[in-house]
Amino acid sequence: MSLIVDHISYIYGKDTGTPIEALKDVSLSIPDGQFIGIIGHTGSGKSTLMQHLNGLEKASSGTIYFNGEDVYEKGYNLKNLRSKVGLVFQYPEHQLFAETVFADVCYGPKNLGLSKSDCELRAYDALRKVGFPEDLIFTSPFELSGGQKRRAAIAGVLAMKPEVLILDEPTAGLDPKGRDEILTQIKKLQKEENMTILLVSHSMEDVAEYVDRIVVLNEGKIFLDNTPKEVFRHYKELEEIGLSAPQVTYIMHDLADAGLNVRCDVTTVSEAADEIVRALSR
Amino acid sequence: MMDIIRTKDVVYEYIRRDDEGAVTGITTAVDHVSLGIKQGDFIAILGHNGSGKSTLAKHFNAILTPEEGTVWVDGMDTLEEKNVWNVRQTAGMVFQNPDNQIIAPVVEEDVGFGPENMGVPTEEIWKRVEESLKAVGMYEFRKHSPNNLSGGQKQRVSIAGVLAMKPKCIVLDEPTAMLDPQGRREVLKAVHELNKLEGVTVILITHYMEEVTDADKVFVMDSGKVVMQGTPKQIFTLVDELKELRLDVPQPTLLAWELKKRGIPLPDGILTGEELVQAIKDLK
Repeated sequence: MSLIVDHISYIYGKDTGTPIEALKDVSLSIPDGQFIGIIGHTGSGKSTLMQHLNGLEKASSGTIYFNGEDVYEKGYNLKNLRSKVGLVFQYPEHQLFAETVFADVCYGPKNLGLSKSDCELRAYDALRKVGFPEDLIFTSPFELSGGQKRRAAIAGVLAMKPEVLILDEPTAGLDPKGRDEILTQIKKLQKEENMTILLVSHSMEDVAEYVDRIVVLNEGKIFLDNTPKEVFRHYKELEEIGLSAPQVTYIMHDLADAGLNVRCDVTTVSEAADEIVRALSR
Repeated sequence: MMDIIRTKDVVYEYIRRDDEGAVTGITTAVDHVSLGIKQGDFIAILGHNGSGKSTLAKHFNAILTPEEGTVWVDGMDTLEEKNVWNVRQTAGMVFQNPDNQIIAPVVEEDVGFGPENMGVPTEEIWKRVEESLKAVGMYEFRKHSPNNLSGGQKQRVSIAGVLAMKPKCIVLDEPTAMLDPQGRREVLKAVHELNKLEGVTVILITHYMEEVTDADKVFVMDSGKVVMQGTPKQIFTLVDELKELRLDVPQPTLLAWELKKRGIPLPDGILTGEELVQAIKDLK
Protein backbone atom coordinates (compact mmCIF):
# COMPACT_ATOMS: atom_id res chain seq x y z
CA MET A 1 0.00 0.00 0.00
CA SER A 2 2.01 3.03 1.09
CA LEU A 3 4.01 5.02 3.59
CA ILE A 4 2.62 8.29 4.87
CA VAL A 5 4.71 10.65 6.96
CA ASP A 6 2.29 12.91 8.80
CA HIS A 7 3.72 16.13 10.26
CA ILE A 8 6.68 14.59 12.06
CA SER A 9 9.22 16.56 14.03
CA TYR A 10 12.25 15.14 15.75
CA ILE A 11 14.25 16.81 18.48
CA TYR A 12 17.34 15.26 20.00
CA GLY A 13 19.55 16.24 22.89
CA LYS A 14 16.54 17.55 24.85
CA ASP A 15 18.31 17.04 28.18
CA THR A 16 21.63 18.57 27.08
CA GLY A 17 20.47 22.18 27.16
CA THR A 18 21.09 22.61 23.43
CA PRO A 19 18.31 20.59 21.81
CA ILE A 20 18.53 20.25 18.04
CA GLU A 21 15.46 20.03 15.86
CA ALA A 22 16.60 17.63 13.15
CA LEU A 23 13.20 17.34 11.46
CA LYS A 24 10.62 20.10 11.41
CA ASP A 25 7.03 19.28 10.50
CA VAL A 26 7.83 16.90 7.65
CA SER A 27 4.95 15.42 5.66
CA LEU A 28 5.41 13.02 2.78
CA SER A 29 3.23 10.56 0.94
CA ILE A 30 5.09 7.66 -0.63
CA PRO A 31 2.93 5.58 -2.94
CA ASP A 32 3.78 2.01 -3.97
CA GLY A 33 6.31 1.42 -6.68
CA GLN A 34 7.73 4.94 -6.87
CA PHE A 35 11.47 5.63 -7.19
CA ILE A 36 12.25 8.68 -5.07
CA GLY A 37 15.56 10.51 -4.77
CA ILE A 38 16.30 12.26 -1.48
CA ILE A 39 18.84 15.08 -1.71
CA GLY A 40 20.14 17.67 0.73
CA HIS A 41 23.49 18.81 2.06
CA THR A 42 25.26 16.99 4.90
CA GLY A 43 23.24 17.54 8.05
CA SER A 44 19.99 18.46 6.28
CA GLY A 45 18.12 15.60 7.96
CA LYS A 46 18.07 12.99 5.17
CA SER A 47 19.44 10.10 7.18
CA THR A 48 17.34 11.01 10.22
CA LEU A 49 14.19 10.96 8.10
CA MET A 50 15.13 7.59 6.60
CA GLN A 51 15.67 6.15 10.07
CA HIS A 52 12.16 7.22 10.99
CA LEU A 53 10.67 5.39 8.02
CA ASN A 54 11.63 1.99 9.36
CA GLY A 55 11.16 2.76 13.02
CA LEU A 56 14.79 3.09 14.09
CA GLU A 57 13.99 6.56 15.42
CA LYS A 58 10.69 7.71 16.90
CA ALA A 59 9.35 11.14 16.03
CA SER A 60 8.93 13.67 18.86
CA SER A 61 5.58 14.61 17.37
CA GLY A 62 3.48 13.57 14.39
CA THR A 63 3.18 10.03 13.14
CA ILE A 64 3.90 7.60 10.32
CA TYR A 65 1.35 5.32 8.65
CA PHE A 66 2.50 2.14 6.94
CA ASN A 67 -0.14 0.39 4.87
CA GLY A 68 -2.85 2.30 6.71
CA GLU A 69 -1.62 1.51 10.22
CA ASP A 70 -0.18 4.06 12.65
CA VAL A 71 3.27 2.69 13.49
CA TYR A 72 3.34 4.54 16.83
CA GLU A 73 0.08 2.92 17.95
CA LYS A 74 0.46 0.80 21.07
CA GLY A 75 1.04 -2.82 20.14
CA TYR A 76 2.15 -2.09 16.57
CA ASN A 77 4.67 -4.68 15.44
CA LEU A 78 7.83 -2.61 14.75
CA LYS A 79 9.71 -5.77 13.87
CA ASN A 80 7.31 -6.22 11.00
CA LEU A 81 7.89 -2.62 9.88
CA ARG A 82 11.65 -3.13 9.92
CA SER A 83 11.43 -6.19 7.71
CA LYS A 84 9.00 -4.51 5.28
CA VAL A 85 10.94 -1.25 5.05
CA GLY A 86 14.52 -2.33 4.38
CA LEU A 87 17.29 0.14 5.11
CA VAL A 88 20.70 -0.15 3.46
CA PHE A 89 23.13 2.07 5.36
CA GLN A 90 26.08 3.98 3.97
CA TYR A 91 29.05 1.71 3.31
CA PRO A 92 26.92 -1.37 4.10
CA GLU A 93 29.84 -3.65 3.32
CA HIS A 94 31.31 -2.67 6.71
CA GLN A 95 28.51 -4.72 8.20
CA LEU A 96 29.31 -7.94 6.36
CA PHE A 97 30.54 -10.44 8.92
CA ALA A 98 29.77 -14.06 8.03
CA GLU A 99 32.25 -16.56 6.61
CA THR A 100 30.60 -16.68 3.21
CA VAL A 101 28.49 -14.27 1.22
CA PHE A 102 25.66 -16.82 1.27
CA ALA A 103 25.69 -17.19 5.07
CA ASP A 104 25.70 -13.41 5.39
CA VAL A 105 22.61 -12.99 3.21
CA CYS A 106 20.84 -15.86 5.06
CA TYR A 107 21.30 -14.08 8.39
CA GLY A 108 18.33 -11.71 8.07
CA PRO A 109 15.69 -14.29 7.09
CA LYS A 110 17.06 -16.64 9.77
CA ASN A 111 16.30 -13.96 12.36
CA LEU A 112 12.75 -13.80 11.06
CA GLY A 113 12.42 -17.41 12.22
CA LEU A 114 12.13 -18.96 8.75
CA SER A 115 13.10 -22.57 8.03
CA LYS A 116 16.59 -23.29 6.70
CA SER A 117 15.36 -24.05 3.21
CA ASP A 118 13.22 -20.90 3.09
CA CYS A 119 16.21 -18.82 4.19
CA GLU A 120 18.37 -20.35 1.50
CA LEU A 121 15.76 -19.82 -1.20
CA ARG A 122 15.44 -16.19 -0.22
CA ALA A 123 19.20 -15.72 -0.14
CA TYR A 124 19.62 -17.17 -3.65
CA ASP A 125 16.77 -15.05 -4.89
CA ALA A 126 18.15 -11.87 -3.33
CA LEU A 127 21.67 -12.45 -4.68
CA ARG A 128 20.24 -13.05 -8.15
CA LYS A 129 18.23 -9.84 -7.97
CA VAL A 130 21.30 -7.72 -7.27
CA GLY A 131 23.22 -9.41 -10.07
CA PHE A 132 25.77 -11.02 -7.76
CA PRO A 133 28.15 -13.38 -9.66
CA GLU A 134 27.03 -16.95 -8.93
CA ASP A 135 30.52 -18.42 -8.70
CA LEU A 136 31.37 -16.12 -5.78
CA ILE A 137 28.39 -16.95 -3.55
CA PHE A 138 30.42 -19.22 -1.26
CA THR A 139 33.55 -17.09 -1.02
CA SER A 140 34.36 -14.87 1.95
CA PRO A 141 32.83 -11.41 1.63
CA PHE A 142 36.25 -9.98 2.45
CA GLU A 143 37.73 -11.24 -0.80
CA LEU A 144 35.28 -9.33 -2.98
CA SER A 145 35.73 -6.08 -4.88
CA GLY A 146 34.05 -2.92 -3.59
CA GLY A 147 31.10 -3.21 -5.96
CA GLN A 148 30.55 -6.90 -5.20
CA LYS A 149 30.62 -6.30 -1.44
CA ARG A 150 28.08 -3.54 -1.87
CA ARG A 151 25.79 -5.91 -3.80
CA ALA A 152 26.15 -8.64 -1.19
CA ALA A 153 25.15 -6.16 1.51
CA ILE A 154 22.11 -4.98 -0.45
CA ALA A 155 21.10 -8.62 -1.03
CA GLY A 156 21.15 -9.10 2.75
CA VAL A 157 18.40 -6.50 3.05
CA LEU A 158 16.47 -7.79 0.02
CA ALA A 159 16.36 -11.26 1.55
CA MET A 160 13.99 -9.82 4.15
CA LYS A 161 11.55 -9.27 1.25
CA PRO A 162 10.94 -5.59 1.92
CA GLU A 163 8.17 -3.68 0.16
CA VAL A 164 10.12 -0.46 0.50
CA LEU A 165 13.88 -0.30 0.01
CA ILE A 166 15.82 2.68 1.35
CA LEU A 167 19.43 3.12 0.23
CA ASP A 168 21.70 5.70 1.83
CA GLU A 169 24.31 6.65 -0.79
CA PRO A 170 24.67 3.17 -2.24
CA THR A 171 27.25 4.26 -4.83
CA ALA A 172 29.69 6.25 -2.66
CA GLY A 173 33.27 5.21 -3.45
CA LEU A 174 32.37 3.04 -6.46
CA ASP A 175 33.87 3.52 -9.91
CA PRO A 176 31.58 4.94 -12.64
CA LYS A 177 30.68 1.52 -14.05
CA GLY A 178 30.00 0.20 -10.55
CA ARG A 179 27.69 3.17 -9.92
CA ASP A 180 25.75 2.50 -13.13
CA GLU A 181 25.50 -1.22 -12.41
CA ILE A 182 24.12 -0.78 -8.91
CA LEU A 183 21.62 1.91 -9.94
CA THR A 184 20.46 -0.11 -12.96
CA GLN A 185 19.83 -3.12 -10.69
CA ILE A 186 17.89 -0.93 -8.27
CA LYS A 187 15.81 0.51 -11.12
CA LYS A 188 15.08 -3.08 -12.17
CA LEU A 189 13.80 -3.91 -8.68
CA GLN A 190 11.35 -1.04 -9.02
CA LYS A 191 10.21 -2.09 -12.51
CA GLU A 192 10.08 -5.85 -12.07
CA GLU A 193 9.11 -6.25 -8.41
CA ASN A 194 7.16 -3.01 -8.12
CA MET A 195 9.32 -2.19 -5.12
CA THR A 196 9.20 1.33 -3.67
CA ILE A 197 12.71 2.80 -3.67
CA LEU A 198 14.12 5.73 -1.72
CA LEU A 199 17.61 6.71 -2.81
CA VAL A 200 19.65 9.15 -0.72
CA SER A 201 22.33 10.59 -2.98
CA HIS A 202 24.86 13.39 -3.37
CA SER A 203 25.05 12.91 -7.12
CA MET A 204 22.60 15.16 -8.92
CA GLU A 205 23.45 13.43 -12.20
CA ASP A 206 22.52 9.99 -10.81
CA VAL A 207 19.31 11.24 -9.27
CA ALA A 208 18.28 12.96 -12.52
CA GLU A 209 18.93 9.80 -14.50
CA TYR A 210 17.06 7.28 -12.39
CA VAL A 211 14.29 8.63 -10.17
CA ASP A 212 10.64 9.60 -10.75
CA ARG A 213 10.50 12.17 -8.00
CA ILE A 214 12.93 14.18 -5.90
CA VAL A 215 12.48 15.27 -2.31
CA VAL A 216 14.89 18.05 -1.29
CA LEU A 217 15.58 18.49 2.41
CA ASN A 218 17.08 21.60 3.96
CA GLU A 219 17.54 22.25 7.68
CA GLY A 220 15.13 19.48 8.58
CA LYS A 221 12.34 20.75 6.35
CA ILE A 222 11.08 19.73 2.94
CA PHE A 223 12.39 22.36 0.55
CA LEU A 224 11.08 20.94 -2.74
CA ASP A 225 9.14 17.80 -3.67
CA ASN A 226 8.53 17.26 -7.37
CA THR A 227 9.72 15.58 -10.59
CA PRO A 228 13.43 15.97 -11.46
CA LYS A 229 12.55 18.45 -14.22
CA GLU A 230 10.63 20.70 -11.85
CA VAL A 231 13.14 20.43 -9.01
CA PHE A 232 16.18 21.26 -11.15
CA ARG A 233 14.34 24.26 -12.60
CA HIS A 234 15.16 25.80 -9.20
CA TYR A 235 18.92 25.32 -9.66
CA LYS A 236 19.76 28.73 -8.21
CA GLU A 237 17.88 28.02 -4.99
CA LEU A 238 19.47 24.56 -4.88
CA GLU A 239 22.93 26.13 -5.03
CA GLU A 240 22.06 28.37 -2.11
CA ILE A 241 21.42 25.30 0.03
CA GLY A 242 24.66 23.55 -0.97
CA LEU A 243 23.31 21.49 -3.86
CA SER A 244 23.41 21.91 -7.62
CA ALA A 245 21.74 20.78 -10.83
CA PRO A 246 23.18 18.18 -13.20
CA GLN A 247 25.90 19.65 -15.41
CA VAL A 248 23.77 19.30 -18.55
CA THR A 249 21.12 21.56 -17.04
CA TYR A 250 23.71 24.35 -16.75
CA ILE A 251 24.82 23.75 -20.34
CA MET A 252 21.23 24.13 -21.55
CA HIS A 253 20.84 27.41 -19.67
CA ASP A 254 24.10 28.72 -21.16
CA LEU A 255 22.99 27.70 -24.65
CA ALA A 256 19.68 29.47 -24.18
CA ASP A 257 21.55 32.57 -22.97
CA ALA A 258 23.70 32.35 -26.11
CA GLY A 259 20.54 32.58 -28.17
CA LEU A 260 19.93 28.93 -29.07
CA ASN A 261 16.26 28.08 -28.82
CA VAL A 262 16.48 25.11 -26.40
CA ARG A 263 14.33 24.02 -23.47
CA CYS A 264 16.18 24.41 -20.18
CA ASP A 265 14.35 21.83 -18.08
CA VAL A 266 16.62 19.08 -19.36
CA THR A 267 18.31 16.83 -16.80
CA THR A 268 19.97 13.92 -18.64
CA VAL A 269 22.61 13.67 -21.37
CA SER A 270 20.43 11.86 -23.91
CA GLU A 271 17.59 14.34 -23.46
CA ALA A 272 20.05 17.21 -23.89
CA ALA A 273 21.48 15.69 -27.09
CA ASP A 274 17.97 15.31 -28.57
CA GLU A 275 17.05 18.85 -27.62
CA ILE A 276 20.24 20.42 -29.05
CA VAL A 277 19.92 18.46 -32.32
CA ARG A 278 16.30 19.60 -32.59
CA ALA A 279 17.19 23.25 -31.95
CA LEU A 280 20.12 23.21 -34.40
CA SER A 281 18.13 21.63 -37.21
CA ARG A 282 15.47 24.30 -37.16
CA MET B 1 63.28 20.14 -13.35
CA MET B 2 63.69 17.07 -11.17
CA ASP B 3 60.70 14.78 -10.70
CA ILE B 4 59.18 15.08 -7.24
CA ILE B 5 58.10 11.44 -7.51
CA ARG B 6 59.62 8.81 -9.73
CA THR B 7 58.91 5.10 -9.78
CA LYS B 8 60.75 2.39 -11.67
CA ASP B 9 59.29 -1.09 -12.24
CA VAL B 10 57.37 -1.02 -8.97
CA VAL B 11 55.63 -4.26 -8.01
CA TYR B 12 53.44 -4.81 -4.97
CA GLU B 13 51.51 -8.00 -4.21
CA TYR B 14 48.87 -8.82 -1.65
CA ILE B 15 49.28 -12.38 -0.46
CA ARG B 16 46.30 -14.24 1.01
CA ARG B 17 46.93 -17.02 3.47
CA ASP B 18 44.70 -19.63 5.13
CA ASP B 19 44.61 -20.35 8.90
CA GLU B 20 47.81 -22.38 8.72
CA GLY B 21 49.63 -19.62 6.91
CA ALA B 22 49.77 -21.41 3.57
CA VAL B 23 49.45 -19.11 0.58
CA THR B 24 46.01 -19.36 -1.03
CA GLY B 25 46.28 -16.60 -3.56
CA ILE B 26 48.34 -13.68 -4.76
CA THR B 27 46.97 -10.42 -6.14
CA THR B 28 49.41 -8.22 -7.97
CA ALA B 29 48.06 -4.80 -7.04
CA VAL B 30 50.84 -2.81 -8.67
CA ASP B 31 52.51 -4.42 -11.65
CA HIS B 32 55.77 -2.91 -12.96
CA VAL B 33 54.76 0.72 -12.79
CA SER B 34 57.28 3.30 -13.98
CA LEU B 35 56.29 6.94 -13.97
CA GLY B 36 57.50 10.43 -13.22
CA ILE B 37 55.63 13.33 -11.62
CA LYS B 38 56.97 16.85 -12.10
CA GLN B 39 57.27 19.25 -9.17
CA GLY B 40 54.33 21.67 -9.17
CA ASP B 41 52.05 19.61 -11.41
CA PHE B 42 48.40 18.75 -10.75
CA ILE B 43 48.13 15.03 -11.42
CA ALA B 44 45.03 12.84 -11.47
CA ILE B 45 44.97 9.07 -11.18
CA LEU B 46 41.89 7.27 -12.48
CA GLY B 47 41.03 3.58 -12.41
CA HIS B 48 38.18 1.29 -11.41
CA ASN B 49 37.83 -0.21 -7.92
CA GLY B 50 40.67 -2.68 -7.50
CA SER B 51 42.81 -1.24 -10.33
CA GLY B 52 45.69 -0.58 -7.93
CA LYS B 53 45.58 3.22 -7.74
CA SER B 54 45.34 3.46 -3.94
CA THR B 55 48.07 0.86 -3.48
CA LEU B 56 50.31 2.84 -5.81
CA ALA B 57 49.49 6.10 -4.02
CA LYS B 58 50.50 4.59 -0.68
CA HIS B 59 53.97 4.11 -2.14
CA PHE B 60 54.31 7.87 -2.63
CA ASN B 61 54.68 8.50 1.09
CA ALA B 62 56.16 5.20 2.17
CA ILE B 63 53.04 3.76 3.82
CA LEU B 64 53.90 0.88 1.52
CA THR B 65 57.31 0.16 0.03
CA PRO B 66 57.84 -1.71 -3.23
CA GLU B 67 58.53 -5.44 -3.26
CA GLU B 68 60.33 -4.99 -6.54
CA GLY B 69 61.53 -1.80 -8.16
CA THR B 70 62.16 1.61 -6.62
CA VAL B 71 60.22 4.71 -5.60
CA TRP B 72 62.05 8.00 -5.24
CA VAL B 73 60.35 10.90 -3.48
CA ASP B 74 62.26 14.13 -4.04
CA GLY B 75 65.26 11.96 -4.85
CA MET B 76 64.95 9.81 -1.71
CA ASP B 77 64.63 6.04 -2.08
CA THR B 78 61.61 5.04 0.06
CA LEU B 79 63.14 1.63 0.80
CA GLU B 80 65.89 3.20 2.88
CA GLU B 81 64.81 3.31 6.50
CA LYS B 82 66.58 6.60 7.19
CA ASN B 83 64.49 8.36 4.52
CA VAL B 84 61.02 7.41 5.79
CA TRP B 85 60.50 10.51 7.95
CA ASN B 86 61.68 12.88 5.27
CA VAL B 87 59.58 11.12 2.65
CA ARG B 88 56.42 11.48 4.75
CA GLN B 89 57.23 15.13 5.33
CA THR B 90 57.69 15.68 1.62
CA ALA B 91 54.54 13.88 0.49
CA GLY B 92 51.48 14.19 2.75
CA MET B 93 48.38 12.09 2.35
CA VAL B 94 44.64 12.80 2.71
CA PHE B 95 42.12 9.95 2.75
CA GLN B 96 38.45 9.47 1.90
CA ASN B 97 36.82 9.66 5.30
CA PRO B 98 37.51 12.90 7.19
CA ASP B 99 36.22 11.40 10.43
CA ASN B 100 39.12 8.95 10.50
CA GLN B 101 41.74 11.67 10.14
CA ILE B 102 40.79 14.29 12.69
CA ILE B 103 41.91 13.58 16.22
CA ALA B 104 42.00 16.77 18.29
CA PRO B 105 38.98 18.41 19.97
CA VAL B 106 39.71 21.82 18.44
CA VAL B 107 40.44 22.57 14.78
CA GLU B 108 43.69 24.50 15.34
CA GLU B 109 45.10 21.79 17.62
CA ASP B 110 44.38 19.19 14.98
CA VAL B 111 46.24 21.16 12.35
CA GLY B 112 49.15 21.72 14.76
CA PHE B 113 49.50 18.02 15.54
CA GLY B 114 51.73 17.22 12.55
CA PRO B 115 54.32 19.96 12.97
CA GLU B 116 54.33 19.40 16.73
CA ASN B 117 55.30 15.76 16.15
CA MET B 118 58.04 16.94 13.84
CA GLY B 119 59.54 18.98 16.66
CA VAL B 120 58.77 22.35 15.09
CA PRO B 121 59.18 25.23 17.63
CA THR B 122 55.89 26.38 19.16
CA GLU B 123 55.91 29.83 17.63
CA GLU B 124 56.52 28.39 14.18
CA ILE B 125 53.70 25.82 14.74
CA TRP B 126 51.15 28.58 15.33
CA LYS B 127 52.37 30.44 12.28
CA ARG B 128 51.98 27.33 10.17
CA VAL B 129 48.54 26.54 11.62
CA GLU B 130 47.37 30.02 10.72
CA GLU B 131 48.78 29.87 7.19
CA SER B 132 47.44 26.39 6.52
CA LEU B 133 43.94 27.17 7.75
CA LYS B 134 43.90 30.37 5.70
CA ALA B 135 45.06 28.47 2.62
CA VAL B 136 42.01 26.16 2.78
CA GLY B 137 39.59 28.89 3.88
CA MET B 138 39.02 27.47 7.37
CA TYR B 139 40.78 30.08 9.52
CA GLU B 140 37.54 31.46 10.96
CA PHE B 141 36.74 27.98 12.29
CA ARG B 142 40.07 27.58 14.13
CA LYS B 143 38.48 27.53 17.60
CA HIS B 144 35.62 25.20 16.59
CA SER B 145 35.20 21.56 17.43
CA PRO B 146 35.69 19.42 14.31
CA ASN B 147 32.49 17.56 15.28
CA ASN B 148 30.35 20.52 14.32
CA LEU B 149 31.83 20.93 10.84
CA SER B 150 30.35 19.71 7.57
CA GLY B 151 32.09 16.97 5.58
CA GLY B 152 33.71 19.45 3.20
CA GLN B 153 34.94 21.58 6.09
CA LYS B 154 36.39 18.55 7.90
CA GLN B 155 38.15 17.46 4.76
CA ARG B 156 39.66 20.94 4.38
CA VAL B 157 40.90 20.73 7.99
CA SER B 158 42.54 17.39 7.10
CA ILE B 159 44.24 19.07 4.16
CA ALA B 160 45.40 21.95 6.39
CA GLY B 161 46.84 19.35 8.78
CA VAL B 162 48.98 18.00 5.97
CA LEU B 163 49.91 21.49 4.76
CA ALA B 164 51.19 22.46 8.18
CA MET B 165 53.97 19.94 7.66
CA LYS B 166 55.06 21.97 4.61
CA PRO B 167 55.01 19.13 2.13
CA LYS B 168 56.15 19.60 -1.45
CA CYS B 169 53.50 17.17 -2.56
CA ILE B 170 50.06 16.18 -1.37
CA VAL B 171 48.34 12.91 -2.29
CA LEU B 172 44.54 12.82 -1.97
CA ASP B 173 42.82 9.44 -2.17
CA GLU B 174 39.15 10.04 -3.12
CA PRO B 175 38.85 13.09 -0.86
CA THR B 176 35.35 13.95 -2.12
CA ALA B 177 33.71 10.50 -2.18
CA MET B 178 31.67 11.16 0.95
CA LEU B 179 30.82 14.82 0.36
CA ASP B 180 27.76 16.71 -0.88
CA PRO B 181 28.08 18.97 -3.96
CA GLN B 182 28.99 22.04 -1.89
CA GLY B 183 31.61 20.06 0.05
CA ARG B 184 33.10 18.77 -3.17
CA ARG B 185 33.31 22.27 -4.63
CA GLU B 186 35.03 23.57 -1.47
CA VAL B 187 37.63 20.82 -1.34
CA LEU B 188 38.49 21.04 -5.03
CA LYS B 189 38.81 24.81 -4.87
CA ALA B 190 41.16 24.50 -1.89
CA VAL B 191 43.28 21.87 -3.62
CA HIS B 192 43.57 23.89 -6.83
CA GLU B 193 44.61 26.99 -4.91
CA LEU B 194 47.34 25.09 -3.09
CA ASN B 195 48.66 23.96 -6.40
CA LYS B 196 48.50 27.36 -8.10
CA LEU B 197 49.39 29.70 -5.25
CA GLU B 198 51.68 27.59 -3.07
CA GLY B 199 53.15 25.47 -5.85
CA VAL B 200 52.36 22.22 -4.03
CA THR B 201 52.34 19.18 -6.30
CA VAL B 202 48.88 17.60 -6.15
CA ILE B 203 48.10 13.95 -6.85
CA LEU B 204 44.35 13.44 -6.88
CA ILE B 205 42.77 10.00 -6.98
CA THR B 206 39.08 10.16 -7.84
CA HIS B 207 36.10 8.44 -9.40
CA TYR B 208 34.57 11.75 -10.47
CA MET B 209 35.70 12.49 -14.01
CA GLU B 210 34.75 16.18 -13.92
CA GLU B 211 37.26 16.74 -11.09
CA VAL B 212 40.05 15.86 -13.48
CA THR B 213 39.45 18.30 -16.35
CA ASP B 214 41.91 20.91 -15.03
CA ALA B 215 44.74 18.47 -14.30
CA ASP B 216 48.11 18.84 -16.03
CA LYS B 217 48.33 15.11 -16.55
CA VAL B 218 46.13 12.06 -16.04
CA PHE B 219 47.25 8.51 -15.39
CA VAL B 220 44.72 5.70 -15.90
CA MET B 221 45.33 2.39 -14.16
CA ASP B 222 44.00 -1.10 -14.81
CA SER B 223 45.14 -4.41 -13.28
CA GLY B 224 48.00 -2.69 -11.50
CA LYS B 225 49.43 -1.12 -14.64
CA VAL B 226 49.39 2.41 -16.03
CA VAL B 227 47.43 1.86 -19.24
CA MET B 228 46.98 5.45 -20.41
CA GLN B 229 48.66 8.75 -19.64
CA GLY B 230 48.22 12.17 -21.12
CA THR B 231 46.43 15.48 -20.77
CA PRO B 232 42.72 15.41 -19.87
CA LYS B 233 41.95 16.31 -23.51
CA GLN B 234 43.94 13.36 -24.80
CA ILE B 235 42.47 10.93 -22.26
CA PHE B 236 38.81 11.96 -22.45
CA THR B 237 38.78 11.71 -26.24
CA LEU B 238 38.95 7.94 -25.72
CA VAL B 239 35.32 7.54 -24.61
CA ASP B 240 34.90 3.88 -25.64
CA GLU B 241 38.27 2.83 -24.21
CA LEU B 242 37.48 4.50 -20.87
CA LYS B 243 34.10 2.76 -20.69
CA GLU B 244 35.92 -0.54 -21.30
CA LEU B 245 37.97 0.28 -18.19
CA ARG B 246 34.77 0.83 -16.12
CA LEU B 247 35.38 4.58 -16.24
CA ASP B 248 33.51 7.46 -17.77
CA VAL B 249 34.04 10.95 -19.15
CA PRO B 250 32.79 14.29 -17.75
CA GLN B 251 29.14 14.98 -18.59
CA PRO B 252 29.90 17.80 -21.09
CA THR B 253 32.32 15.47 -22.93
CA LEU B 254 29.68 12.74 -23.00
CA LEU B 255 27.11 15.19 -24.36
CA ALA B 256 29.55 16.32 -27.08
CA TRP B 257 30.19 12.67 -27.96
CA GLU B 258 26.44 11.97 -28.19
CA LEU B 259 25.97 15.04 -30.40
CA LYS B 260 28.77 13.93 -32.71
CA LYS B 261 27.14 10.50 -33.00
CA ARG B 262 24.02 12.33 -34.15
CA GLY B 263 25.92 14.10 -36.87
CA ILE B 264 26.75 17.45 -35.26
CA PRO B 265 30.30 18.37 -36.37
CA LEU B 266 31.94 19.28 -33.05
CA PRO B 267 35.70 19.35 -32.43
CA ASP B 268 37.43 16.67 -30.31
CA GLY B 269 38.55 17.25 -26.76
CA ILE B 270 35.60 19.16 -25.25
CA LEU B 271 35.89 18.90 -21.47
CA THR B 272 33.75 21.61 -19.90
CA GLY B 273 30.32 23.13 -20.32
CA GLU B 274 31.85 26.43 -21.49
CA GLU B 275 33.86 24.71 -24.20
CA LEU B 276 30.78 22.86 -25.42
CA VAL B 277 28.61 25.99 -25.46
CA GLN B 278 31.35 27.84 -27.37
CA ALA B 279 31.70 25.00 -29.90
CA ILE B 280 27.96 24.98 -30.52
CA LYS B 281 27.94 28.77 -30.90
CA ASP B 282 30.75 28.44 -33.47
CA LEU B 283 28.54 26.15 -35.55
CA LYS B 284 26.00 28.81 -36.19
